[in-house]
Amino acid sequence: MEFVHEGCQAPCSIKGIVIMMENAWLIPLFPLLSFLILLLFGKRLKEASAYVGILFTLASLVYSILVLFERFSEPTYGTNFEWLTIGDLHLTAGFEVNQLNALMLVIVSLVSFLVHTYSKGYMQGDERFPVFYAYLGLFTFAMLGLVISPNLLQTYIFWELVGVGSFLLIGFYFYKEEARAAAKKAFIMTRIGDVGLFIGMILLFWQTKSFEYKEIFAAVDAGEISTSMITLTAILIFIGAVGKSGQFPLHTWLPDAMEGPTPVSALIHAATMVAAGVYLVASLFPLFAASKTALLTIAVIGAFTAIFAASIGLVQTDIKRVLAYSTVSQLGYMMLALGSAGYVAGVFHLMTHAFFKALLFLAAGSVIHAVHTQNIEEMGGLWKKLKLTGPLFLIGTLAISGVPLFSGFFSKDEILAAAWEGGHPILFLLALIAAFMTAFYMFRLFFMVFTGEARGSQKHVHESPANMTYPMILLGVLAIIAGYVNTPWFGTFLGDWLVDGNEALAQHGHIEGPVWIMIAATVVSLAGIYLAYLMYYKRSLARNWLSGTGDTLHTIVLNKYYVDEFYQLTVLAATTAISYFLRFIDVFLVEGLVKGVVGIVQGLGRAGSKLQSGQVQTYGAVAFIGLALLVVIFAFTGGYLR
Amino acid sequence: MSSIPASAFLALALILFCIGLYGALTKKNTVIVLISIELMLNAVNINLVTFSKYGVAPSITGQIFALFAISVAAAEAAVGLAILIALYRNKKTVNIDEVDTMKN
Repeated sequence: MEFVHEGCQAPCSIKGIVIMMENAWLIPLFPLLSFLILLLFGKRLKEASAYVGILFTLASLVYSILVLFERFSEPTYGTNFEWLTIGDLHLTAGFEVNQLNALMLVIVSLVSFLVHTYSKGYMQGDERFPVFYAYLGLFTFAMLGLVISPNLLQTYIFWELVGVGSFLLIGFYFYKEEARAAAKKAFIMTRIGDVGLFIGMILLFWQTKSFEYKEIFAAVDAGEISTSMITLTAILIFIGAVGKSGQFPLHTWLPDAMEGPTPVSALIHAATMVAAGVYLVASLFPLFAASKTALLTIAVIGAFTAIFAASIGLVQTDIKRVLAYSTVSQLGYMMLALGSAGYVAGVFHLMTHAFFKALLFLAAGSVIHAVHTQNIEEMGGLWKKLKLTGPLFLIGTLAISGVPLFSGFFSKDEILAAAWEGGHPILFLLALIAAFMTAFYMFRLFFMVFTGEARGSQKHVHESPANMTYPMILLGVLAIIAGYVNTPWFGTFLGDWLVDGNEALAQHGHIEGPVWIMIAATVVSLAGIYLAYLMYYKRSLARNWLSGTGDTLHTIVLNKYYVDEFYQLTVLAATTAISYFLRFIDVFLVEGLVKGVVGIVQGLGRAGSKLQSGQVQTYGAVAFIGLALLVVIFAFTGGYLR
Repeated sequence: MSSIPASAFLALALILFCIGLYGALTKKNTVIVLISIELMLNAVNINLVTFSKYGVAPSITGQIFALFAISVAAAEAAVGLAILIALYRNKKTVNIDEVDTMKN
């Protein structure tokens, strides 16, 4: 195998300095090793499986942090080797550590490590404990592999592997009907998006003869691809991101995916996999940036998803579902940021969201662990009983609501500024309303779970064990401080670093918005919190003061705008009809043909076997007649048939 | 002696062979079938001897060959009868129609 060094300009010619990045391909291999070990010896290791998983993800985490620190001082490192040669075509595989990849490596391995630790307490006593850890290892491997892929083909392979991991983990409680259905739904819905990604990828390959990001960007830059083709491929690839990141109209799988164990929801369906769509758009950003239409599409879908999902989140009563819709909504935010050319804003929010949403999910898991229900109507008054979980949940809630000084505030502000400067006042307004709704439903959740009287039957409510609370504490700290890496007050370190040395991105760096945006965002989120406070804490406002007694609006939102039902009636019905038609063809036409052929062959065989009577004398007679015939022919023709 | 033409010997061999063939293909008793086969073999022997005397290139080889054929036929008859006895012990019959295990 011949190693071709790429992205290796003047500075990195000094050998040995980039030792960490040179071996960054090891990072995904640690969880893979964990997966393989648990697959082979999981049954024998039993509860000790947790330590295997935790140790290997810790190795990944440590290595990722080292790589990140090295990346601060060194330029992008990437290497490729030839993987397949078909004719003149050379497909390569390899890895690359650029700013975005290094950041994602740390986010993914950190959340994965914390979730591994947390699960040791949460999944205690589960019969398939080792299997759970094996699946977690597989998923972490796929996700880490995804973020260091330097070309579309490799990305696509890991993209699908991530989907498999998600499928396995959603369906972990496969004996539950809903979990099975949710796993299938998640897989199929994301597959729909993947088809878009696949077509886009092939079209790009057709145009540029390469899957490499670098060469694609170079071709786009040199104007080798027509603008309409760029728009088409960008939108097709975006469809892949829509599926994975749960954007409207393919968002319905994400709330259902909450059937999986809660740590999984935190890892996959909040912090990492669902962010893969955002990551894909971010890593292909130069392509998207070359098409105004594609960017606008992303921005519109993102903004619509943000407000659409937020409005559903207002009325849900399942703690995990509220968080799921908030995830969908926040992902919409990130898309809006990217679509408004706010590259840094999108990636920044991706990072802060990973921390506070993982925190919220883990805290929710801790609550569920304590009260054994997911229905917030049956909770209440848990603040005093869960002394650690309560404040941690509050930190997450404050962060996601965009309360000043918490991480979510800075990233949201960046996004709002990007939307405003991007020249879409309507999208900006939508984002602002979504921010209001987010603050409202998150605090509705908080007040209903942690304050007021205890509702339902709460017995033996206890705080979670240490290996569950420590990950939450760490995430809580990160949820507070992660925002300070990129603030208009202390410097935009993250934003400057992310676009450093990349001309295509440099013009989409940190966006300095007007000061009034920050004030507006603060006012809006505080208003949302105040409204929630009035309705769910002081109860001076009736819970149905807005929807009134007619309740139509409430019912519509409660039923998630009937999107699932709509799909049931249109797409599903159509698919079922086509399936029946094809089944008809299969049963009557194809099978008829097959049966006919089989009948003919069998008939011939039966006739042939009749000849085999077993009578030696008959055989002798036939042989003799044959010989006689030959002799006669020989006598008449002299041995030659003419 | 020399007044008998070669065609007479050949005709005798032909008749003998046909009788043997008829018997081998039609008789139900396996013993008769075996005897019929012996007839066919002997018809061949007559042919060999005839051509060793009246052939284009008369030679003693034909007669020696006939002697070989006779001795081999004796051995073959012994083996055939042994098989027949084994068959009879198993099937309690020497009727060739009932021996059809090769069927289908």
